[in-house]
Amino acid sequence: MDRLIARYAEKLVRAGLCAPGDAALCARDDAFFTHPADPAHPGVRFATALAESLGSGAAILLRPSPPYRAAAAHFARAALSGADGPAAVFPRDCETRTFFHDLPVLPVPGWPPTDPRSVSLAAAALSRRKGVLFADGSMAAPGPMILEQAFVTVSSMCFAVAVAFFSDYLAGQRLGAITPDMARTMDTVLAGLPGLPPLPDTAPALAAGPFADAASARRAMARAGRLTVESGLVDSAFGNVSALVDGILLISQTGAALDELEGRIDACPLDDSSCAALTASSEFTAHARIVSETPARVVLHGHPKFSVILSMDCDAENCPERRQCHTSCRACRFVCGTPVVPGEVGCGPRGLARTLPPALHRHTAAMVLGHGVFTVDDTDFNRAFAAMLELEKTCRDEVLERVKKS
Amino acid sequence: MAATPGAILRVHLRADGLRAGQTPHPDPDGFPGGRALAVLETLPFAALPATHPDAPFCLFGGPLSGVAAPLCGRAVAAALSPLTDTFFDAQIGGRAAFELAKSGLTGLVLTGRAAVPSGLHIEDGQARLVPCPAAPELTATRLATHLAQGSPHPGALVCVGPAAWSGSPLAGLVYGPVAGVTRGGLGLVLAAKNIAYLAIRGTGRVPVADPAGFSSARADIMRLVAASPALAGAHGIGRFGTAALLDLTDARSMTPTANFQKTRFAAHKSVNAPALSRLFAPRRVGCRACHLRCGRVAGDGRPLPELDALSHFTALLENPCPHTALAANALCLDLGLDPVSTASALACRAEITGRSPDAPALPSLIADMAHGRGPGRETACGPAAFAARSGRPGAAMAVKGLPLPAFDPRGGYGLALSFAVSTRGGCHLRALAIGHELLRKPVATDRFDFAGKARIIVQSENALAAMDSLVACPWLALAASLEELAAAVSAVTGRPATPAGLARAGARTVYAERLINARRAAGPAPDDLPPRFFADPGTPGEDFAVPPLDRTAFLAARAAYYRIRGLSPQGLPLPETAGELGLPWTA
Repeated sequence: MDRLIARYAEKLVRAGLCAPGDAALCARDDAFFTHPADPAHPGVRFATALAESLGSGAAILLRPSPPYRAAAAHFARAALSGADGPAAVFPRDCETRTFFHDLPVLPVPGWPPTDPRSVSLAAAALSRRKGVLFADGSMAAPGPMILEQAFVTVSSMCFAVAVAFFSDYLAGQRLGAITPDMARTMDTVLAGLPGLPPLPDTAPALAAGPFADAASARRAMARAGRLTVESGLVDSAFGNVSALVDGILLISQTGAALDELEGRIDACPLDDSSCAALTASSEFTAHARIVSETPARVVLHGHPKFSVILSMDCDAENCPERRQCHTSCRACRFVCGTPVVPGEVGCGPRGLARTLPPALHRHTAAMVLGHGVFTVDDTDFNRAFAAMLELEKTCRDEVLERVKKS
Repeated sequence: MAATPGAILRVHLRADGLRAGQTPHPDPDGFPGGRALAVLETLPFAALPATHPDAPFCLFGGPLSGVAAPLCGRAVAAALSPLTDTFFDAQIGGRAAFELAKSGLTGLVLTGRAAVPSGLHIEDGQARLVPCPAAPELTATRLATHLAQGSPHPGALVCVGPAAWSGSPLAGLVYGPVAGVTRGGLGLVLAAKNIAYLAIRGTGRVPVADPAGFSSARADIMRLVAASPALAGAHGIGRFGTAALLDLTDARSMTPTANFQKTRFAAHKSVNAPALSRLFAPRRVGCRACHLRCGRVAGDGRPLPELDALSHFTALLENPCPHTALAANALCLDLGLDPVSTASALACRAEITGRSPDAPALPSLIADMAHGRGPGRETACGPAAFAARSGRPGAAMAVKGLPLPAFDPRGGYGLALSFAVSTRGGCHLRALAIGHELLRKPVATDRFDFAGKARIIVQSENALAAMDSLVACPWLALAASLEELAAAVSAVTGRPATPAGLARAGARTVYAERLINARRAAGPAPDDLPPRFFADPGTPGEDFAVPPLDRTAFLAARAAYYRIRGLSPQGLPLPETAGELGLPWTA
């Protein structure tokens, strides 16, 4: 258990989500294991009390890196100042909309959690939601079963507040509605960006295709997945990847961390001869349709922040689909030359399994609005990875350019 | 306004007939129904032999029986088990739970012994004994035909087959609409009371205290089921039945093959769910109140085997023929033999004798087991007894005498721990560790690591015990939680129910089962796995190895489980924990 906790503490730092020492983690079997090990550490005391109160197996209290913390604190201030009852933040990105609904905000500081009400307030909010924000921009999440659940939640919360803040700022710029608090917050965010893991200048060389067999394809998928995480092109290490070999779609499993794919790739025949796709990525149907309906043979899916921000950035006024653009947008939109399509997770009537394949007929990359980027290639992951990296760099430059104009 | 919970019908069988009466539900919040109520009824008789006339046989529905709560149409049968020498409960499908609820009953407690083989008819809560001296000679199909006499019984029918009358502890209860057979020797318990069948019919209405609240809770459960890939997905149980999981156990190197000597079956694609669908074009059938309808019936009326029976009649016996598997399964159901244990006993015999059964010989081997003839008589005692008598106890792939299901524990360490500590023996449904270790829901856990698994197993056991007490199908746990079920219980009963309260009822149930097992005359069976799993590796996967279980790590996880569960270091119940849970304690 000590090894497990140390691994997640290290993953938080490696992903740029917090500085070393700025997270308290706990997990238990018949007794608590914590990071830091000191049980008197205020963060550790809070995390263990929170897990105990909720009956959870794990919990994390996080003081995020400056850009995330500044964005979270901005939203917390706004939510607390305008709330008559319980305060909450409502990001519009796909992850938050699908899995979190909203992010409750507590009117007390989280790091250190000095207020005696901290645990009871957090426990009450977490009885109906997966994660909470504190007034100072720190955040906490339980892992009902395991620590990974808490890690995924705090990672997704960082992603959500960053995307929401940039989105709101760009919209505010267009409307001339940047508040002093937004401007100050943006200064802090921009000052902190260099402290996050940088995007690589160039795409490293990956295994050359076409893949001779499933084993070489699996190795290539694992390498591409790991690079996607290390390059900061996905939050929470999620996303998915697939390769078609001899009529069998090799695809990452649902919930598999993209940087730990060894042993977590399903081999799914596309001739309806097997139920192996039962545990495949929830985007299995989209991947299957892409490789069936286009020349693509590999698919890579990530959640690069700045691409997601621009996919949601729309200047259409009085649009009737304004609140439903993630499923109902009918505009033919392009961002940095890449098509943007609506679509929900899965294969329902408004699922991205229906909207995405047509967009990838003539493009190497496509964005799903508010969700992420899919890139493809007919041979191997070299061009797919490079396309995602280049798109994210272009989107980052575009966002920062526009921000600096104000 | 709270609805009055259904009463308990108590029937005592005597040489001159029966004595019957109803008593109120003793504790609808502490022991809601199903498994919890059966434990409560059995606890005072924990020291009796399983087939003693005074040992109770229980059949219970629960607070969600008889209403249209999704996947909540099952009943629980329970008794002391002649196979495992533990308390043993088993969910039964069909319509028994509905008929009990419509009779104004939560369930039935049966004691004593009838003078001759008889049927017990329960109509709107009234019990009637009908002699049926021919029953021991009748298969389940012929018994149903005999009873129908031109028109099928309008209610629920639960019966035993020839295997029960020949004394096999593998004999189960046969239930409809498509025959399924329970495990644990419950058929033998019923036959020991000279009861051949239970025919249950009710004509009343089941009250719902808060229809609007129930409608909302029902919609929540339906939505979650629809969003569950394992249940409602394109490759899920709703489309293919539980056999859908066979491809998964192969991909994870967890298919018990050649009596667990290997963990992948090369011919699995010829017997998997899509292959069965192509070969037999089955129609879907299911329990009342279940829209998933996971049962499958071939065109000729024979049921397709569920996952465990399918896997064991193919991979475990190294039989690549789906037709043979279907025939063997159907024969077991007709003869009242638990098909999973039957296949396991045959695989154990094959390993010990060094001779795998030929496909054409399977039907006669199974018939000999059911009728107690020739070598079949020894095999019909179950693999644990057979292997012990053969001087090869290590060849029995069973825990506490219950043959293991279609998941190799070397491929899931939480599963391994749950097999070992299960109060009724090796069963994957006690903690459903395959949810997080195989199906990756609600979150994937590292299946090759014991870290954190003891707590997860305790929590899951409590939740599953609560679901068994409502009564909800265990597969529902892949989609909904006690949160949604508590809302449904509150709406139906009119009494507030919370997830924490239900989980506590589950914890109380599991602990009471430990109390019963500790009071068995032979002492509690050890919480352990067959030594093979600690010595031999499984078959490697495409890009991973399957090492033997680390004995030291397993024992540490088991010790952690004991501490979290409030048991002694030996796994025995403690008076203080029993007291905290409100359970009676006698040394």
